[in-house]
Amino acid sequence: MRTSRRARAGQYAALLAYLVFLAFPFLWLISTAFKPARELASLHPTWLPQDPTLDNFRQAFDEQPLLRAAANSLVAALGAAVIAVLIATPMAYVMARHRTRLAKAATGWVVVSQAFPFVLVIIPLFLVLKNLRLIDSVPGLIMVYVVWALPFALWMLVGYVRAVPAEMEEAAAVDGAGKVRTLVSITAPLLAPGIVATALFAFISAWNEFFFALVLLKTPEKQTLPVVLTHFLGAEGVADLGPLAAAAFLATIPSLVVFALIQKRITGGMLAGAVKS
Amino acid sequence: MTLATARKRSAKPAPRAGGQGRPVDHGAWFLVLPALIPILVLSVGPLLYGIVLAFTDAQSGRTEPTQWIGTLNFQDLLHDTLFWDSFRIGLVWAVGVTVPQFLLALGLALLLNEELRLRWLARALAIIPWAMPEVVVGIMWRLVYNPDAGILNETIRDLSLGDGRDWLSGLATALPAVIVVGIWAGMPQTTVALLAGLQNTPRELHEAAAMDGAGAWRRFRTVTWPALKPVALAITALNFIWNFNSFALVYVLTSGGPGGRTRLPMLFAYEEAFRYGQFGYAAAMGCVMVAVISVILAVQLVGRLRGGEDA
Repeated sequence: MRTSRRARAGQYAALLAYLVFLAFPFLWLISTAFKPARELASLHPTWLPQDPTLDNFRQAFDEQPLLRAAANSLVAALGAAVIAVLIATPMAYVMARHRTRLAKAATGWVVVSQAFPFVLVIIPLFLVLKNLRLIDSVPGLIMVYVVWALPFALWMLVGYVRAVPAEMEEAAAVDGAGKVRTLVSITAPLLAPGIVATALFAFISAWNEFFFALVLLKTPEKQTLPVVLTHFLGAEGVADLGPLAAAAFLATIPSLVVFALIQKRITGGMLAGAVKS
Repeated sequence: MTLATARKRSAKPAPRAGGQGRPVDHGAWFLVLPALIPILVLSVGPLLYGIVLAFTDAQSGRTEPTQWIGTLNFQDLLHDTLFWDSFRIGLVWAVGVTVPQFLLALGLALLLNEELRLRWLARALAIIPWAMPEVVVGIMWRLVYNPDAGILNETIRDLSLGDGRDWLSGLATALPAVIVVGIWAGMPQTTVALLAGLQNTPRELHEAAAMDGAGAWRRFRTVTWPALKPVALAITALNFIWNFNSFALVYVLTSGGPGGRTRLPMLFAYEEAFRYGQFGYAAAMGCVMVAVISVILAVQLVGRLRGGEDA
């Protein structure tokens, strides 16, 4: 399709404006992270650090237990991702292949669960976990994350299962393969990339999650990275900008890397789930 | 690719997967239980328990047993002006984020759908807000908004537009400032969803319309929008709910301040439950939030969706 030259110029101007809007906060975060204290105290901040330094990173690790927090986050996110996918995959398979009342109810739950304010779930969970002595513990947090990750894991996985032709399974059955054999040797390999993408998405979501972690984890040694990051803000918003920026930047890197790896699959998977019905 | 294949499959008159449906055999139950049990125990159960709690005087750390108090919490809520303030702020925030975000994301999606040179960069950048922890997004924008060392005020000073201000603690500027962050943070998902919707519309239709001499706006109205509408409605409804229930971003940016001007309902309920220990009262707030949101969505969307199907 031909587009006039003036329209093209307008399009590029608009795209440029979007690029600036999307990029500038992130560039500012990175720039702040590498600025020495002297430059941060200046009343006329510059776009780029004039005298880049790693002091802020050093100071960030001194001020808060970032490594331990990252380890907690890693355990919580990995645990949640693995368990969520292990239990969601079989259920998603049933939801995709059988249109029964159960599958419908599950689909309904997936949709409805998006509408609930977490506070309505977290208060009772808080009481239940307290009685189970799982409050203020990473395993307790994993349990919550698993259930929290299930709706979108099911959503994505149902889409991926639908993408595997049922005829292939039927052909295998005709050839005499049993149910389990069919699932293991036909369906599972085709589904594997989708399962991995779903797991990684669950991982990022849990790695980034804040509300449940804030409510459930009280002991500083057990807190996850997002919760520990807020400690940098200090009382009344008086913050040490350099270390704050450095720690925030570090906390983003894992999810940025993982997301970059699976970005196409995530968007594809979510939409495959969305367009299905 | 998965998307394309998935769509092709669902477009067909569904083989065995849909339609009449096969009965679930006993193996299926065995497959469903591992997920069903945690869902029932840790999601559906707590939800029902939460609704029950709304009718009790449950508090944290109290020794006397919890008592059933009927609708007392709801009666109190009715007269709690702070709660309704937060509710109003929540609605302003949800609309203020969802609507501009949709328009901006639609614009970006339309651009990304064109053969433009910097498209790859825009796509890459659009992913950043999506992958970032909300806490980091909040911290990052606090650095941008910082009255002295922030880039926003510095830019304003450079352009001689004034001295800038303390955006997040000004009574008038706090909510708009927070809304801008909300728009920024949620743009990627919306853009990606709309972009997929756009790529769903057949190119031939566009070309045919162009050949008939339809201008860009006319093509958008007659070809693009009708195809995009279902995706647009769904993502807007979800965004509205998510925004209304959001917490982390504003918690980090302002903690609800100044003077409660950005205190979203979730922040209010969180404080009530976990700072003041009023579990029953906070649960009642959650119930009211669900109820009102459901009604708004039912009225807004069901009506429109049905209208769309009839047309």
